[in-house]
Amino acid sequence: MNYTERLSNVTVLGAAGKMGSGILLLTALEMVDLSLKPENRGKVFVINAIDVSSEALAGLMRYIRAQALKAAEKKTVQLRAVYADRADLIDNEEIIMQYVDDVMVTIRPSVNLEVAYNSTLIFEAIKEDPELKVKLLSQLDKNNSHKPWYFTNTSSIPITQLDEKANLGGRIIGFHFYNPPAVQKLVEVIKSAHTLPEVEEFALQYAKSLRKVVVPSADFAGFVGNGHFMRDALHGIGEAEKFAKDVSLPEAIYMINKVSQDYLVRPMGIFQLIDYVGVDVCQYIMSVMNPFLKDEDLHSDFLDRLIGQGVLGGQFSDGSQKDGILKYEKGRPVAVYNPDTKKYDLISDFQASCDEKLGAMPRSIQPWKSVAFSGKSEDMLKTIFDEIKTMDTVGARLAKEYARRSKEIGLQLVADKVAFAEKDVNTVLLTGFFHAYGPINNFLD
Amino acid sequence: MKLRKKVYMVAGYNTISLGTGRKEFNPKKPRPGLEEYIREAGQGVLKQIGGAKNVDESVIGNFIASRFNRQGNLAAFMPYIDPDLRYKPAVRVEGACGSGALALATGIRSVLAETADVVLVLGVEVQNTVKAIYGADILAAAGWAKDRKEGHAYYFPGKFSDRAKAYQEKYGKEKPREAMAQWYVNAIENARLCPTAQEYHNSSEELQSCGMMNPNPRGFVDSLNVYDCSKVSDGASAIAVVSEEGLKRIGIPKSEAIEVIGMGQAEDDITKPPDDPTILATTREAVRKALESAGITKEQLGTVECHDCFSIAGILAIEAIGFAPHGGGAEFVIQGNTKRTGKVPFNTTGGLVGWGHPTGATGVHQAITIWEQLTGKAGDSQIPITAERPYGLTINMGGDDKSLVSIVFKKAE
Repeated sequence: MNYTERLSNVTVLGAAGKMGSGILLLTALEMVDLSLKPENRGKVFVINAIDVSSEALAGLMRYIRAQALKAAEKKTVQLRAVYADRADLIDNEEIIMQYVDDVMVTIRPSVNLEVAYNSTLIFEAIKEDPELKVKLLSQLDKNNSHKPWYFTNTSSIPITQLDEKANLGGRIIGFHFYNPPAVQKLVEVIKSAHTLPEVEEFALQYAKSLRKVVVPSADFAGFVGNGHFMRDALHGIGEAEKFAKDVSLPEAIYMINKVSQDYLVRPMGIFQLIDYVGVDVCQYIMSVMNPFLKDEDLHSDFLDRLIGQGVLGGQFSDGSQKDGILKYEKGRPVAVYNPDTKKYDLISDFQASCDEKLGAMPRSIQPWKSVAFSGKSEDMLKTIFDEIKTMDTVGARLAKEYARRSKEIGLQLVADKVAFAEKDVNTVLLTGFFHAYGPINNFLD
Repeated sequence: MKLRKKVYMVAGYNTISLGTGRKEFNPKKPRPGLEEYIREAGQGVLKQIGGAKNVDESVIGNFIASRFNRQGNLAAFMPYIDPDLRYKPAVRVEGACGSGALALATGIRSVLAETADVVLVLGVEVQNTVKAIYGADILAAAGWAKDRKEGHAYYFPGKFSDRAKAYQEKYGKEKPREAMAQWYVNAIENARLCPTAQEYHNSSEELQSCGMMNPNPRGFVDSLNVYDCSKVSDGASAIAVVSEEGLKRIGIPKSEAIEVIGMGQAEDDITKPPDDPTILATTREAVRKALESAGITKEQLGTVECHDCFSIAGILAIEAIGFAPHGGGAEFVIQGNTKRTGKVPFNTTGGLVGWGHPTGATGVHQAITIWEQLTGKAGDSQIPITAERPYGLTINMGGDDKSLVSIVFKKAE
């Protein structure tokens, strides 16, 4: 079975979720592009979009339509050549609409698992629950006579465990997209102890077609991405808790969030990132990873407390941010949750005094966007960290501590052989988390 | 064309050219509609000429509001400018991106025909109603519809990219690219001096390197980068075309007006590709006629407003006028001859690349720039006009060198 045949009948499980919808979109576009090649004319390509909620599937189809339209508008130059023999398609608009139609007729939304029994490739992007995953994969594999290949999007569960428990005989590989899959360039590829070489070969070809950056990761709970993120988050939470002895917890959270965003030149502060991923998702990932760790307790009472109070974060189906540890207006944090009062404290009420406590901002600091896309970020970052190095303000000290811990986490992942190389850790943070620089660097040496 | 009667232009008014680059522009927020541009530009002129009661008739130039704005019958917007225009004659003319100068030509003919002494001439286009990829479909109507299927997604950039490619194949790759970059630099530098220009707020310090950027054939066209192209613009321009009697009626001294000294019009077959893509043959013919009609030589031109919908079109226009031999236009630009401090300043308020290109308004905007320059009203954009070179020339082009109007002006005496 060649690449095209493998992609002729595909299923995405959990298709209406944040990750599933992106995976469905990218895969559907890839399949339609294949179907439009002259040698594939007349062949039928099908991608089943399976989810538990019909309502969510309706939203999914609207999302896919909007995204397919955007994709077509972006590549109209190529599409004119693809549809060159269609005399009825003249204007860009007609060509774009035809492409959108071609995408939509490839997708079959369904709430019934049975439609996946004919697929040769199955993407799994359901809830991060090992038992549920094993149950679904086993059921599928028992009923599907095509010996399908499984791409799991798990961000934390060891692939070998899924492989063995679902009895898949190496027909599975970890193919971990980053959120949102349609935007983030990174894919972590994780082989189980038994992954068949042809499955890996296909995975790499597929990643290349999607123009993704592949970072291989060892099959260890959390892999590289969450291996770094969860520890980085715990560091941030820990720092805030320490600080909360002197100031209120919301003030401490505001300050650590500011240091981790502004001083460290990251796209968002650590507490905003936790909200972005989802407070409950972070807690869950830690709980999945924790049993596999020997000398470390990956767990946060703070997150437990928040979840107990219904503070969850995460995103609305349109991609906008729900309130979590922080409260958002137009995507920007405006208040911080106070678990003692169960209310949000306005940032504007304490911003000035907190900023004063942090001390003067390094003068060379620039927003993440101006640095990351400047084309000379290395030089700019060197200037910024050289300045931070010489400063002794509270903010600078926290920043240095934060950057050192981030680097230490990265180095530990390499030492533990979760990551195969230092550059892999850096690539994950650069392309999966959109950082302007990798954590393993010499800026503070 | 022999002008049997003196024709003047006076009291020009430009709205801003709105689109990406202007601080006011936000694609997600509502913007003024066609009628608001028409009214602003029209009233801008009427205020200067003593009101609509002085107007005999009006002409509105527009390319394709029928698709950008779902609006036809544009002549009926003239009374919307001022109730005193109700029941007066008005006509809409169309010649793609050359519609503005066709409107001027129509006004000039009315004065020559003595059917009017004061004609309000207005050009308008509001194009930011659709994304550029769909706007390209609409603008493709300036070419032959039967050629659309074979054409590029970005149809007109594709046409002029083909011209740039042919030019580079014939005369070398580097120098034309350098000249196109220089054209862009000049356009932005001039636009920064003109508050209504779309690039007025452009503060980039890297103009030259932007202009030198390699084309991206995957996402755009083969031989042009985005800086070689005029942007998508909303805007209107209006001016009064008047007779000697008309000037008296509106009470404006001649010293405030420019005189139409000569005009050349030329049309080519829309179904045919250019004989030689490195030459703007119809432009050449229109300019030749205009200069002949004016009885002057190109050496007497103090400034030129040419139709640089793409930087390469500016370079080819230089050759079409005859300022440089074929293949020499690039060097002419690189040497700085067309800069505002050069021998013949071109497009002193930014041209189509810098000021903007609200297609149907462009021809009128060009005349207004010449009016401002020759009468000393150009503000920060003002260039010196000498007695040796007192003339201004406009070239307005519709389609790929198809519908041409070229006009020679001089300060009225």
